[in-house]
Order: sequence, then C-alpha cells, then structure tokens
Amino acid sequence: MEFDSVMLSRLLTATTLLFHVIFATIGVGVPIMIAIAEFLGIKRKDPHYLLLARRWARGYTITVAVGVVTGTAIALQLSLLWPSFMQVAGQVIALPLFMETFAFFFEAIFLGIYLYTWDRFKNRWMHFLLTIPIVLGSFMSAFFITTVNAFMNTPQGFEIVNGETVNIDPLAAMFNPATPVKVFHVVASSYMTIALILAAIAAFTLLRNKGSIYHKKALRLTMISALIFTAATTFAGDLSAKFLAENQPEKLAAAEWHFETETNADLVMFGTIDENGEISNAIRIPSALSFLAGNSFDTEVIGLNEFPEDERPPLWIHYMFDLMVSIGMYSLFISGLFVLFMIVKRFNEWNKPLLWGIVASGPLAMLAVEFGWIYAEVGRQPWILRGYMKVGEAATTSTDVGVALALFIGLYAFLAFFCVTVLIKMFKNKPAEAELEQRFPKGTID
Amino acid sequence: MSLEIVGITVLWTFLYGYLIVASIDFGAGFFAYYARVSKQEHIMSKLISRYLSPVWEVTNVFFVFFFVGLVGFYPDTAYYYGTALLIPGSIAIILLAIRGSFYAFGNYGSKNSSFYLFLYGATGLLIPASLSTALTISEGGFLDVKNDNVVFLAQELFTSPYSWSVVVLAIVSVLYISASFLTFYADRAEDSQSRSIMRKFSLFWSAPTILASLMVFVALREHNPVHFEKMLGLWWMFALSLLFFFIAVWFVYQQKNYGIAFIMVMLQFFFAFFGYGASHLPYILYPYITIQGSVVNEAMGTALVIVFIAGFLLLIPSLFLLMRLFLFDADYIKGKK
Repeated sequence: MEFDSVMLSRLLTATTLLFHVIFATIGVGVPIMIAIAEFLGIKRKDPHYLLLARRWARGYTITVAVGVVTGTAIALQLSLLWPSFMQVAGQVIALPLFMETFAFFFEAIFLGIYLYTWDRFKNRWMHFLLTIPIVLGSFMSAFFITTVNAFMNTPQGFEIVNGETVNIDPLAAMFNPATPVKVFHVVASSYMTIALILAAIAAFTLLRNKGSIYHKKALRLTMISALIFTAATTFAGDLSAKFLAENQPEKLAAAEWHFETETNADLVMFGTIDENGEISNAIRIPSALSFLAGNSFDTEVIGLNEFPEDERPPLWIHYMFDLMVSIGMYSLFISGLFVLFMIVKRFNEWNKPLLWGIVASGPLAMLAVEFGWIYAEVGRQPWILRGYMKVGEAATTSTDVGVALALFIGLYAFLAFFCVTVLIKMFKNKPAEAELEQRFPKGTID
Repeated sequence: MSLEIVGITVLWTFLYGYLIVASIDFGAGFFAYYARVSKQEHIMSKLISRYLSPVWEVTNVFFVFFFVGLVGFYPDTAYYYGTALLIPGSIAIILLAIRGSFYAFGNYGSKNSSFYLFLYGATGLLIPASLSTALTISEGGFLDVKNDNVVFLAQELFTSPYSWSVVVLAIVSVLYISASFLTFYADRAEDSQSRSIMRKFSLFWSAPTILASLMVFVALREHNPVHFEKMLGLWWMFALSLLFFFIAVWFVYQQKNYGIAFIMVMLQFFFAFFGYGASHLPYILYPYITIQGSVVNEAMGTALVIVFIAGFLLLIPSLFLLMRLFLFDADYIKGKK
C-alpha cells in the first residue's frame, strides 16, 4: 500500500466518516425514542416515561454537538480532499446537499426550543409536538445525505458529452435507483441501533442491581422498539441484496466471493481465500445466494469474473458483509427472545444471561453500522462515481494530506475521550431515582 | 436578475447573517472567559449562557449553509479553494469542532470547568481570524496555478500587510458586535451591572473597529488596486456604514435605545459588507473564478433557488418562534423561566 495523496485522502475521509457515523446514527435514532417515551409519559400520565425522555434528551445534547462539528468537518473535507469530484458532482448532486443544511437547520431550531422548554407549556402535549419537527428534520437529513451516497453508486440525471456535463436533471440524480433501498436501510438501522444501545444501558444498570421499575420500563420500551426496528432493518437488508444483484452486481459478488455467473449460486460465509481464489474453511449454503439475490434458487447471479480486474472491489469486504449480517441476526434473536419472555408469563425476562446478551447487543449494533458503511464504501471501489470517475482521479494533489490526517485523528481522539467522560459524569452524579423524586415529588406528572 | 447574481446575493446574505450571529457568539465566549478571570463571573456568565444555550447550533448552520451553497452555485470554487485551503481549512474546522463540542460539554456536562471556558473563549477569537483568510485569499496573489495544479503560497499570506489588517478587523469587529448585542440583552434583562460592563466594552471597541477598517482600505489599495478603485465607486455605501456607526455609538454613549443602537451596528456592517462584496464582483477568486464563468448549470441553479425560497419560508417562522421564546421573551431573559 502506497501512502500517496489518494490513499491518505481516502484514509482521512474514512476516519471522519467512521467517527461521524456514530453520532449521525445517534442523531437519527434518538429523537424517535424520545418522542415515543414522551408520548407514553403524557398519555399514561407516567413520570417514568417523561423522565426517560428527559434524560435521553440530556445525553443527546452532548452527542448532537459532536455530530454537528464532525458533520461540518465532512462537509468541508468533501471539497478539501476531493476537489475534482466536487467540481463535477456539484453540477449534478448539489441539490440534496443544499437541502440537508435546511433540514438540519430546521431540526436544530426545534431541538434548541425543545431542550429549554420542558416546563414552559401548561399543556404538556404542546411540548410533545416539538418532537415532530425534530424527528422529521433528522429523518430528512439522513434522507438527503443518503441520496448523495446513492448517487455515487448509481449515478444518473446527466450525460457527459466531450468532457462536458450536460442535460442535467437534479431530481433524477437525487432519486437514482439506489436511493429508496439505501434510505430505508440507513434509517431503519439507525433506529434499531439506538433502541439497542438504550436497551443495553438499561440492562446494564439492572445487572449492577442499581436498577428499579424505571429501568424495567425503559428496557421493555426499548426492546419492543428494537424488535420492530430490527425486523424492518432485516427486510431493508434483504431488499438491498436484491438491489445490488440487479444494479451493482460487482459489489454483491465481491462481498460473497462469487466469481462465476451461475444459477443456484452458493452463499459463502466467513472462511479465507488465497491468491488463486481458492476458498477454505467457509460455511457454504447451497443456492442461498441465488435466493438472496432474487427470491428463487434458480436466479442467475452475476459473478466477479464478468468485470475487468481493475474494476473489482477488494475481496476483504466479504468479512464486513458477514459481520454486519451476523450482528443483525443476533439482534433480531435477542430482541425477539426478550419480547417472547415478556409475553409468556412462565419465563423471566430479567434473567441475567439474557440481560448480558442485551448489553452486548448495543455496542455490537453500532459496530454493524460501521461494518455496513465500510462495506458500502469500499465495495464501490475503485469508483468514486461508479462508471464515471475513479477515486484516483478525484483526490486532491496537495502534499499536506498526511498532516491533516494526523491533526484530525488527534481531534477525534480528543472529542471521543471528552464526550464519553462528560456523558458518564452527567449521569453518574444524578441517578434516575433521585431525579424522579426531585422532579415529580408527588409521583404524578402534574 | 440573472442566476449568478441571485446566487451570490443569497450566499452573501447568509454570510452576513453568519457574521452577525457568529460574532455575537464568538465575542460572548471571550467575554465569558474574561469575566471568569476578572472575577466578575457571577454577574455576566448567567446572562451570556441564557442567550447562547438555545442558539449555538443555529449559528453553526449559517456557516455550513454558506459553503455548501457556494460549492452548489459555483462548483469551481470547490476545486480552487479546496486544493489550496487544505491546511488552513482543516485548522478552521478543528477550531470550530473544539469550540462547538466544548461549549456543549461545559454547558450541559460539568459546570465551572475553567479549561472548557478557556478553549471556548480562545477559539472564539482564533476562528474569525482563520476564517477571514478565505476572504483575504479571494483578493488574489496567494494562489499559484501551474499545469492545472493549485498551489497555496502560505508565505505570501503570512507576510502580507493586507492579510494581517483583515485579521485585526475580524477580531475587533467580533468584540464590538458582540458587546453591542450583549449591552442590549443585559438591558432587556434589567441587569444593570452586566449592562454597564458590556456598555464599556462596546464603547472601548468602537474606535478600533473603524481604525481597523481604514487599515484594510489602505492595505487593499496596495494589494489589489482594481478592487480598491471599485470600492471608491461605491463610496456612498461605506459612507452610510460610517453614519450608522456614529448613530450607534451615540446611542450607547447616551445610555439609551440599546435595541436601536444594535440595529444601527447591524446596518453599519450590512453596508460595509455589501459594499465590499459588490465591489468584489465579478470575481469570487481574483483572477481565476468569476461568478459568470463558474456558475452551475441552469437546471441545478434553478432547483437551488426554488429550494432556497421554500426552505426560507420554512425557516422564517421557526426562527421567529425561537427568537420569541428566548431573545424577546422578557421573562425568559430575566431568568424567571
């Protein structure tokens, strides 16, 4: 691997994105959970749920701050590191980038109001209504940014004639073939990840015997949500595989180590591959890849050999894909199990192994988001704009990228450390029971 | 009006908006830190945090909006500025990142951390200094284009009197704008101690603001005579700016009409900023990028303008609500809510 400005630009972009995506996922996922909790709190007149919403929102302010600043970083880095790409892409895909700032603006305004008006309205439903623009704004932000990423995978809405970009249709570029499934997958997996992380926190508190009825309610709420969102994510993942098989077959083929175009294609899980393409130690599920690609065992799946060697994504993304899917399956299992135990009275949903399983699912889900994005981005290589521009042609020619990379790694380490420290301090000094007593001394919400 | 003029007007207006709200924010950070070290904290910091807490993210969005819009309307800017500004741009991002997150850490997390407040105050002055270099570079002379390769001449920038005069103006203006606003805010809060401190700051920084502007004029005449000539052609805008400056200072000096005084400060900067911007045209980056030569294709440009109008209609009522609840709700300002 040569550390030229292209490789360094890729590394810096990857660092920023992998760090930002943690906070972006929180940014998309937490508002919906806050909205659900506040809704239940007012509807059932239950101070526990109101306090949940309030405490989640308080932690959220910290992560939003890091999300905002790292989002600003990636927005600027697009131009700083990929100037040639932005010069071309700006002509075609500037619209959703522009709209995203509006969506975020909208969300930021209402988030500011929401956080400072808990007790300013006589009618609590008024305060709940503020969650709607926040949920909507965060959804729209995710939507607009994802359309840009989708565009990089399946560009359309323009033509290149004699090196000039002509016949530009901004809406066609935005609503490119990859947009619907990608948006679905991103949003559903964000909701799922956050439900699991919040569940993991509640489960952890219960395991340390510091929990109370408040944490049990929190765990039930988050696990039911997690089950629904995980099911939706699984469905979205299935749609994504079918989409790739049809529109971006090299990405699926590289992830599956699938070389020859064939029907009844096997699904290869884990294992290793040598330079001759020999796969060993893998689990093979006969015809499952064909089923994944088209819902029937005789679907023909295009293999990697159909593509010139310099247009194939690296084969190691196989592991990213497998890890992402495995964690997804685990999450579905654990949330399903908890809900089952909750419904069937004979089982005890508070048993320790189950709670530990939930504790693990939170960080794992966030890892799955990271693996998924690595797969999505590396799986598009060597293209930055599939079929039109390779990453090598798009990167900056500056010789200082290495310095910038070092600076940003330092910044992210610094932010990560302080973010975690502040969050721990914030909740350690103020346990839920004490706060409940203080805010709702009568035990009712009025 | 042609697309390229609409585009640059919209963007310049947003940059003006950022100039005002960010200056208030940056300056407030500095004053908050100053209050801590001069042991006047109990008086001022409450006032400052009541204003800042709900609006800081909104400030940041103005900035993001500006440069995303700039790359959208004039994609060539991405190529030139992007290649040239990797290091200065990265430093500005890092400062903004430290400032934004440590504001949140300090404000929502652990109270009374002097370290957080120091970072917050110091970055408040360094950010305007580093951002102002983008405007300096736009005057030309700091970039070299060789075989399609853009090279940033850092040494030229650091030794240029023009560049330093802009940095001084940026910092001084931040303190002046912020002090004027906080005087008004303290007055609304009927917090006479804070008001008297902020009023002194506002008067203290008023004369340096004008001196620094004159220095920029003089340095620009040396650096880019063409632009300087065009600015003289728009002399009336700068004259109006000066007039509003005098009215503002007069009101503050007379200890009355702080609200109108702040509007006068806004008008002072409005005319200076738009006078500067209008005379800068047609260049975005002298002499490489003009608004006509770099404007995006018509389909995208039209789409951006439509979205801008729609977005504006959505944001105005929301911003109005935000201001009504926090900036202009007398009880809130006084700390009763």
